Amino acid sequence: MPGIPKPHGGRLVERVLSDKRRLMAIEEARELIGLEISREVAIDLENIARGVFSPLEGFLTRNDYEAVLDTMRLEDDTPWTIPIVLDISEEEIKEKEISEGDEVVLQYSSTPIAFMNVEEIYAWDKKRHVVKVYKTDDVNHPGVARTYEMKDRLIGGKIELISSIKNPFEKYTLWPKETRVLFKHKGWRSIAAFQTRNAPHMGHEYVQKTALTLTDGLFINPLVGRKKKGDFKDEAILKAYEVLIEKYYPKDRVVLAVLRTEMRYAGPREAVFHAILRKNFGCTHFIVGRDHAGVGNYYGPYEAHEIFKEFPDLGIEPIFFREFFYCKICLGYMNEKTCPHKDTEYVIRPSGTKIREMILRGEIPPKEVMRPEVARVLIEFGNPFVE
Amino acid sequence: MDEEKSKKYTTVSIPVQLYEKIKKLIEGTGFKSVSDYVTFVLREVIASIEEEEKEEVFTKEEEEKIKERLRALGYID
Repeated sequence: MPGIPKPHGGRLVERVLSDKRRLMAIEEARELIGLEISREVAIDLENIARGVFSPLEGFLTRNDYEAVLDTMRLEDDTPWTIPIVLDISEEEIKEKEISEGDEVVLQYSSTPIAFMNVEEIYAWDKKRHVVKVYKTDDVNHPGVARTYEMKDRLIGGKIELISSIKNPFEKYTLWPKETRVLFKHKGWRSIAAFQTRNAPHMGHEYVQKTALTLTDGLFINPLVGRKKKGDFKDEAILKAYEVLIEKYYPKDRVVLAVLRTEMRYAGPREAVFHAILRKNFGCTHFIVGRDHAGVGNYYGPYEAHEIFKEFPDLGIEPIFFREFFYCKICLGYMNEKTCPHKDTEYVIRPSGTKIREMILRGEIPPKEVMRPEVARVLIEFGNPFVE
Repeated sequence: MDEEKSKKYTTVSIPVQLYEKIKKLIEGTGFKSVSDYVTFVLREVIASIEEEEKEEVFTKEEEEKIKERLRALGYID
């Protein structure tokens, strides 16, 4: 059995001010140049500060940024696939007289969130960025659209967290330090992580339970944060998992906690990014299904499997799954490798679109597709989808 | 017996192109041969794998504080 891995880059980053220092910091913050940030940036600041994004200690400086775009690694060769950057406009730089070497305070709704040492201010080419990260410059891709909305300069540098923004999912928020202690306390030496932005259907359940047959524990880690229209609402996903785990999972072998960050929809690159974050949480294995972190038809269904071949030094083992379906002849969940009836009328594939339509009509999907208890929870929401 | 054992070597094959690359790479370094270099690198790799297998060490105080929060959230009894 592998044992809980070391954090990515070898050390769990901790950049949170102590309680004592925080009081002084709020005073100090008043003296510094303030930069207003979005809710998503404020959340990712906490991810940096509490080690979810280890080894990052701040927003990428130019060399790291370029290396991530070109090689999918930081400048020091550590695998890292999604650029974590902070944008700023030229007008703001001029107006606030910000220059390299300054210390600024990042604030959300005028509340100081973090100190930042402005190590570098640099220009970026958004088209090059989106083509590298999203493999397209089509503005219909949600990640591309968001990138084009960003400001024209990036600032890189280390941060220190002063305070966290309000978290509606406090009950389900665990930081890497905590999951590592929790897994150790449970005596788990192998843990499979499951990333999701969906309410669970039977296919998900089958994948998770198959992984759990190979590992000591299962870490169900739904991503909560900004998503595109039509995705499940965060609250709906959590309620659905609560009921599923309560009725159908061995509770001593499952942990449910959220990952607070936005979906980038960067497909294969995001799959590797998701795996790295789960390694920081202390997981040994990462489940990669069909079209992981994909959207539309921008990525091949198993492109996110292929990319892992480029990272023998990732430090977390991917578990690849093909699409699962229910077979009326085999009487169970199967995949194309295990079922000879895959292209026949005896196969029921859990389709996200069909589930969505039925839930919105208040209908419970067939039990081969979704647990009725899960469906009922979703129907109670009225509209459990992001509008 | 141990001394005898320590003197034994075995042969592994690597692609010729890789061998040539390494040979060039070690010119002017302290490595006397490609075998020395490969042995060094393999030891380093194995050590890093073993290192990764070690669990994170927290102080007792830190661990207890974390457990308190985990209890409050209902993750542990």
